[in-house]
Amino acid sequence: MVETALVNWSRLQFALTAGYHWLFVPLTLGLAIIMATMETIYVITGDEFWKRTSKFWMKLFAINFAVGIATGIILEFEFGTNWSNYSWFVGDIFGAPLAIEGIFAFFMEATFFAVMFFGWEKVSRRVHLASTWLTGIGAAISAVWILVANAWMQHPVGMEFNPDTVRHEMVDFWALVLNPVAVSKFFHSVFSGWMTGAVFVIGISCWYLLKRRETRFALASIRVAAIVGIIGTFAVMLSGDSSGVHAAKYQPMKLAAAEGLENGGEGAPFSIVPGVEIPAMLSILATHDIDGYVPGINNILDGYTTPDGERHLSADEKIERGKTAIEAFSTYRALKESDPAAAAIARQTLDENIDYFGYGYINSKEELVPPVPLVYWAFRIMVGLGGFLLLLMVVVLWLERRRRLADTALVQWVALLSIPLVYIAGQAGWIVAEVGRQPWVIEGLLPVSAAVSSVSVAAVQTTFWLFVAIFTLFLVIEMRIMIKAIKLGPNIETE
Amino acid sequence: MITYDFLQHYWWFIIALLGGLLVFLLFVQGGNALIFIAGKDESERQLIVNSTGRKWELTFTTLVTFGGAFFASFPLFYSTSFGGAYWVWILILVTFVFQAVSYEFQSKAGNILGKNTFRAFLTLNGCLAPLLIGTAVGTFFTGSDFTVNKSAVGDIASPVISRWGNAWHGLEAVANPFNVEFGVMVLSLAVSLGALYLINNIDNPKLATQLRRCLGVSFGLFLVLLLIVCYHLITMGGFAVDATGAVTIEQGKYFKNLLEMPAVLALLLVGAVLLVAGVAATLLRKDFKRGIWFAAPGTTLAVMALFMVVGYNNTAYYPSTADLASSLTLANSSSSEFTLRTMAVVSLIIPFVVAYIAYFWRQMDKKSLTTDELTHGEKY
Repeated sequence: MVETALVNWSRLQFALTAGYHWLFVPLTLGLAIIMATMETIYVITGDEFWKRTSKFWMKLFAINFAVGIATGIILEFEFGTNWSNYSWFVGDIFGAPLAIEGIFAFFMEATFFAVMFFGWEKVSRRVHLASTWLTGIGAAISAVWILVANAWMQHPVGMEFNPDTVRHEMVDFWALVLNPVAVSKFFHSVFSGWMTGAVFVIGISCWYLLKRRETRFALASIRVAAIVGIIGTFAVMLSGDSSGVHAAKYQPMKLAAAEGLENGGEGAPFSIVPGVEIPAMLSILATHDIDGYVPGINNILDGYTTPDGERHLSADEKIERGKTAIEAFSTYRALKESDPAAAAIARQTLDENIDYFGYGYINSKEELVPPVPLVYWAFRIMVGLGGFLLLLMVVVLWLERRRRLADTALVQWVALLSIPLVYIAGQAGWIVAEVGRQPWVIEGLLPVSAAVSSVSVAAVQTTFWLFVAIFTLFLVIEMRIMIKAIKLGPNIETE
Repeated sequence: MITYDFLQHYWWFIIALLGGLLVFLLFVQGGNALIFIAGKDESERQLIVNSTGRKWELTFTTLVTFGGAFFASFPLFYSTSFGGAYWVWILILVTFVFQAVSYEFQSKAGNILGKNTFRAFLTLNGCLAPLLIGTAVGTFFTGSDFTVNKSAVGDIASPVISRWGNAWHGLEAVANPFNVEFGVMVLSLAVSLGALYLINNIDNPKLATQLRRCLGVSFGLFLVLLLIVCYHLITMGGFAVDATGAVTIEQGKYFKNLLEMPAVLALLLVGAVLLVAGVAATLLRKDFKRGIWFAAPGTTLAVMALFMVVGYNNTAYYPSTADLASSLTLANSSSSEFTLRTMAVVSLIIPFVVAYIAYFWRQMDKKSLTTDELTHGEKY
């Protein structure tokens, strides 16, 4: 029996690493665009002020960048160290985007980051500007590939199961890359990074305004950041909308959990908070149809028939078929050499039931329901904060254009105190995406319990606490260094 | 013809290339191992940190890409070795994690732990990473304690395919002297490369003299270990694969591979000559600074040859001592033909990537690093 404790600690360790990684990456994605825009203004106008402005944000970018890299390398290798069965079972598909990410994106980031940071006097202005953009583009390209990989886990496409090699094998590379879930996930994640960068820059700039320091610098930064942030937020909303539609289509349980929807149906209501609902809104959001059918948790477990007549199996039926698939797999393996005819029959049974293979590892249907309150509230926090931050950025930009921002201390305070909110929104988003798909590593094909490595619980606990200590230490140090650098202001000197 | 077999060998070539480049780029680690040894005062240490600090991300990225490429092309290695030799890989990763933040944090106000602590992290990574990576690669020749049973997926209660045979989870590799010798060899090579790189990259005659002294010691140690390792490689049993895929231990297999693959032997010899020439010229001529440009390609070629010796010519590259049949070979651990073919197309971009890295490397390093530049320009 795979120990539950091992599965849970392995999940916790991965969540910890991913959560910390996602504290640093969005700022990298967003700040890159903001400082590249600033440097572009410098190259066009030749105004040294913009050079100094972009250089200041680059300092903060560099401090943050390093920790993102540090947490990222652990993530990549954790697929092997802690999810070794997963690594073989789907490595034929999953490894490719990781390798492409390294070859295409990471070298780009590494090379041009060094030119951007150390090359001011070594390369021409234009080459330097190109390097700054390429650092940001490299970061975005790396997001493409890791999200292609992640989207494949949420909605596996372009592969076939091969019982001889005991793994899923890629048969269509472009299906993997153009996976609709990957496309919306990419825009949703990258543009949420733009929001993070924008709220970060606005918040810190408002601190300068509160202190009545660096006013020109602060207002100029706010102008660029707010525009980037508002564009980003609209893109996040659009891609969030298509993410919802995809969840309804490919991961109905995730959607039901995010809505806390026990019993669904046609014209399903959208819950704002428990007890407050907008009639039919969930159907509109999830299916773009006011009468659209959205199944609830119970419907999914008990099985349901959509209005178009398509019957969806109950959990028990899926588990049954999963067990049939696994049994046929074993029969095929055992008889392959000795009794090819019987093996061929087993192979056929396996192929007929392969879509439910992962359900065979599920012991009871309760396991198929993710932790509803966590997903439900994470979703509300994400959307609520997103809406609030959009409002904030619009207000800040409006006040700035009316030349009143420098005198509106209340808004400055709100903006400063909103910096943590954008991080909370980002973390909540990943909780919806990742906790919402439990118990699946790969939707329907492999549950977490069949994906873990065979290491002891104690080993995983040890590395978990080790990573907690290291990452927390780095986070605290990074924040202290940033605060010191911010207090010094745009003329920041090291020592 | 581009057959499945060809693609598997092609991808092992890419792995060998990335492995070779990675060991060459360990000059960053080797240089950092010398921060407190070759750097006698603050300005010298600052020069070393800033010199390796402009290259560290390339090493780091090569490590990550090496991992990614291994995952994409030979996923069974990824799952068996990383999930099995858990502690070795976690240790390696942790030292790199500390390295990643240390450059940026070390001289910044508010860094809590102080400059010397972060530089000590750099030195720690500088020593441990080459040592541990070398020791881990040593097990490619000596074997590890694991079993692979793909049919386990059908066992609902216990579906894990790759299992490690002991609770040490990889740490037991140090019990085999060959692995440790291999690790120390890689470490002394990395330190030699680090010294060569710093001599070339930094314009400071006093520091250069100290670095030359370090180079003499580390390269001497390297040569001794190289002889020991070569002696073992010639005499030790290797893991041979026959036409049916069965693995047996064959005396002198690795030496035989060299003789049977003259191109690989040539690669190894050319690499060794370049490496020795680069170091010898640097040690013998006080005004010669370009040793790294000979030692770097030399190292890359020699390491590539070693990877080919352990993977080509019907050899199990990640052998199991617990169960010979579980040993990983190019044929039984690779991705599907479709994936290898797709990734082969992707790999065509590698020369372009190498070209732009080289171009900007030259742009950035036209002038050697001086204390003057660190006083007036950007620095860590």
